[in-house]
Amino acid sequence: MTQLPLLLALQAAPPAPPPAVVPADTAWMLISTALVLLMTPALAFFYGGLVRSKSSLNTMMMSFAALGIVGVAWALAGYSLAFGDGGASNAWIGGLGNTLLAGVGVEAKGTIPHLVFFAFQGTFAIVTAALISGAVVERMRFGPYLAFIVLWSLLVYAPVAHWVWGGGWLMTRGVLDFAGGTVVHINAGISALVAALVLGPRKDYGRQAILPHNVPFVLLGAGLLWFGWFGFNGGSALASNELAGLAFTNTFLAPMATMVVWILLDYFRTGHATAVGGATGIVVGLVAITPAAGFVSPMGALALGAIAAFPSYLAIVWRSRTRLDDSLDVFAGHGIGGATGALLTGVFALKAWNSAGADGLLAGNPRQLAVQALGVATSLVYAGGMTFVILKLLGLVTVLRAAPRTEGLGMDVSQHGEEAYSSGEGSILVMPDAALSVAPAATLKPQIAAR
Amino acid sequence: MKLIVAIIRPDRLNEVLEALYRAEVRGLTVSRVMGHGGETDRVETYRGTTVKMELQEKVRLEIGVSEPFVGITVNAILASARTGEVGDGKVFVLDVDQVHRIRTGERDEGAVTPASPVMA
Repeated sequence: MTQLPLLLALQAAPPAPPPAVVPADTAWMLISTALVLLMTPALAFFYGGLVRSKSSLNTMMMSFAALGIVGVAWALAGYSLAFGDGGASNAWIGGLGNTLLAGVGVEAKGTIPHLVFFAFQGTFAIVTAALISGAVVERMRFGPYLAFIVLWSLLVYAPVAHWVWGGGWLMTRGVLDFAGGTVVHINAGISALVAALVLGPRKDYGRQAILPHNVPFVLLGAGLLWFGWFGFNGGSALASNELAGLAFTNTFLAPMATMVVWILLDYFRTGHATAVGGATGIVVGLVAITPAAGFVSPMGALALGAIAAFPSYLAIVWRSRTRLDDSLDVFAGHGIGGATGALLTGVFALKAWNSAGADGLLAGNPRQLAVQALGVATSLVYAGGMTFVILKLLGLVTVLRAAPRTEGLGMDVSQHGEEAYSSGEGSILVMPDAALSVAPAATLKPQIAAR
Repeated sequence: MKLIVAIIRPDRLNEVLEALYRAEVRGLTVSRVMGHGGETDRVETYRGTTVKMELQEKVRLEIGVSEPFVGITVNAILASARTGEVGDGKVFVLDVDQVHRIRTGERDEGAVTPASPVMA
């Protein structure tokens, strides 16, 4: 492998002023943006399969809704806060210069159109907010959840993205976060942990078995997440070049190692190689390689993936024995997995593979490990604290949790007026003219069309 | 001996099973059924189609018990299945002509366990 050329417009490097839009780069970033967008529906299937059938639609909608509401918030203000020029306070927060997409056109940003860069980053904001939902499923009311993820994307995601990628203070200190181990996964993981603590456990948690209702959905979701993640990590090169190839292949290798180790751990602990375990191993491997994808060698990625299985596996086994109802183990998967990946980036990073990166501990640079730890600690403290404040403030103006009775019935019918698996038996068609009348639904006297 | 048939809410099933277990009632059959007990209809909307769900999901328990266990079983179900809202369900107690345990060929009182309540 030869030295990578220096002209890469790397996400974690200060943007050089390149002359113009490069068609090949633009083509890859268009594809990458669509790939990362797909990760949110993939997450919906991953999460939706893990919950009980009576709350499966609500769980999936928590992810899907982020595609709408967080995306809109990103266009209106989030992008500007994360990537706009913050002027004198640029170390802390971006400016308001790009709100309502002002100044975001088809001109070059790096080597791609500015609008493509905006859309690509938007898909990250969306999936990060959606990740948190796994900790509050089957009990959080839908309206307050939507309010929470909008506020969170503006007050937590946008500032942290600015610090690491937008020219903020963590970027200037040399924290390596290729595609979002800190910004996305530690951020979402610690926020999920805090949200689970603020909301409290599901009423049935620890009293009865709460089992995944559709394990094939979990496998489908994990597979689609992996597919989308090639855009997440490969696209974070922001170009179609050698670095994208490295990040892509590392994203190919690391989850393989994690899955192998995870299944072995499962086998030795329970006597079975479980499907839910295999799917979880894939996701943890993807999380762990995210900060490292463009900084480590392919063999480093395999080692990193294999090591990353252990902390998350132990955290999941431990968590399920406590009263902490982080229902879908967002903290164990994304918080612990992200922190492991971020720290191991400081161990395995090699300038020989990416001259814009840094050498890690194994290459004789222990300082990089300390810098990585600073990034991890900052994200844990800031995202954890802000999530607590946002949820407590929301709790003052509305009720965050569904009533125990509603929880028992399931969130699908109570929050959405739909069921995931309805036979239609015993349903009576309410004729359109009756449905259009202003009478409240519960007091409708419908014309009975068919029984 | 009697056959006790109870129709309950699905979300109370775990509480009922726990109460029956504490009352030392062993051996029962559970099935998912659809039914209607006078509760307010649920309205659901799928695109332009609005429907009232007249039949609700319920759970049916069938328990064969010896005479001394009839009151214990019924009380356990009543206490654990009740929410106070319309739609909590019903408990029916039916006479039974014969009971056979397939494995041993035991009959009647010997085939429903146990023959008398164990006072702990």
